[in-house]
Amino acid sequence: MLRSVVRLQSVLDGARPLRKYFTRDPTSYFSLHRKSYSSVLTERRKFYDDVSISQGDGGVYEINLDRRKLKTPGGKLFTAPNEALAIAVATEWDAQKDTLKFYTMHLTTLCNTAIDNPTHRDKKQMITAALKFLETDTVCYRVDDPPPLVELQRNEWDPALRWIENRYNVVIGSSSNILGPEIPKATIDSFRQHLNSYNFWSLTGLEYVITQLKSVVLSLGLIDRHLTVEEAVLLSRLEEEYQIQHWGSVEWAHDYDLYELRARTAAGALFVQLSSESSTAQRKLMQD
Amino acid sequence: MSGLLPPLRVFRGILKELRAAKGSTYKKTLAYNYVIDQFRKNEVTGERQCRARQEALHASQAYLCLLTSTRQHLVLHNLYHGKGERTPDQAASMVGLRMPSQPGGKGWEN
Repeated sequence: MLRSVVRLQSVLDGARPLRKYFTRDPTSYFSLHRKSYSSVLTERRKFYDDVSISQGDGGVYEINLDRRKLKTPGGKLFTAPNEALAIAVATEWDAQKDTLKFYTMHLTTLCNTAIDNPTHRDKKQMITAALKFLETDTVCYRVDDPPPLVELQRNEWDPALRWIENRYNVVIGSSSNILGPEIPKATIDSFRQHLNSYNFWSLTGLEYVITQLKSVVLSLGLIDRHLTVEEAVLLSRLEEEYQIQHWGSVEWAHDYDLYELRARTAAGALFVQLSSESSTAQRKLMQD
Repeated sequence: MSGLLPPLRVFRGILKELRAAKGSTYKKTLAYNYVIDQFRKNEVTGERQCRARQEALHASQAYLCLLTSTRQHLVLHNLYHGKGERTPDQAASMVGLRMPSQPGGKGWEN
């Protein structure tokens, strides 16, 4: 299909078509006049050998591919707020073999999103968008039938729900009604206040985790280190896992999804922790 | 619920993944040195640093999960993701058929 799209575009563009899409100049990919933001589908030939990091102005870290500085798809200079995140991103670039597979570079993607902010939202809008998921939170929607699944959901989801209610001193509740549980306004307000203490980068990561797990409850449990990535993903896919036990696992669908979801969730959780860490790292250094 | 693995297992797991990604030169990478450094720093710890240690352990386990899952996902991706269209011959042979051959050519060549 991709081939036919290229063919179609080449017809539209007239005489100088394909070279534009397969240019060898590495900088062009990251420059502004390449308007597409969808690097997901495309793979590029690897154009560098050596990856290193360096500290730029204001103590931020930059990524160097050979002698070139990495830029974001929006054309800005790529910067990471601390060494750990910079090294993790550099490792992603270093791990690429012959082609750059952008769909395996989750931390790079998250940094790009935080730097470019392609949807032009501010913190308040992001918090509202994240909390919107609470109304349709995975762990709040229960089934009535079949009984083993009802019991499974009660046994697995209730502890996570109770933990979050105690931790934040709020009421969420669950329901098997199609409208879901009635979330009190006080709960939303108290979460909003809590999320306000996150910085922009952490919020970007948190929202990413929430959209992956389809659950605010599980995401906060993960970020607050009550759950590990594997546990959070398992709880998020509980019904699917139940069906797999009955009907069998299909590798190209179930396992593929599972690993992708785990990778994305782990990247998001790590991103939140690393980007809210810069102050603790300072403190630790001073203790030594 | 706390499914945290022992630190040594996470440590070994991360190094194994770095090695799988980079081959035998993995000891020269930035990540290798950083990981060794962090685990050493958190090795001996008093009550006071307990929280920081827990934090580091959680982060390292998330990183291990990220590396492992990305690799496993890529294996399945390479195995199952579509690589474009097949030729009529390939498509036919998939279902046990063969395209008819015409010894003298089909007439529309040249």
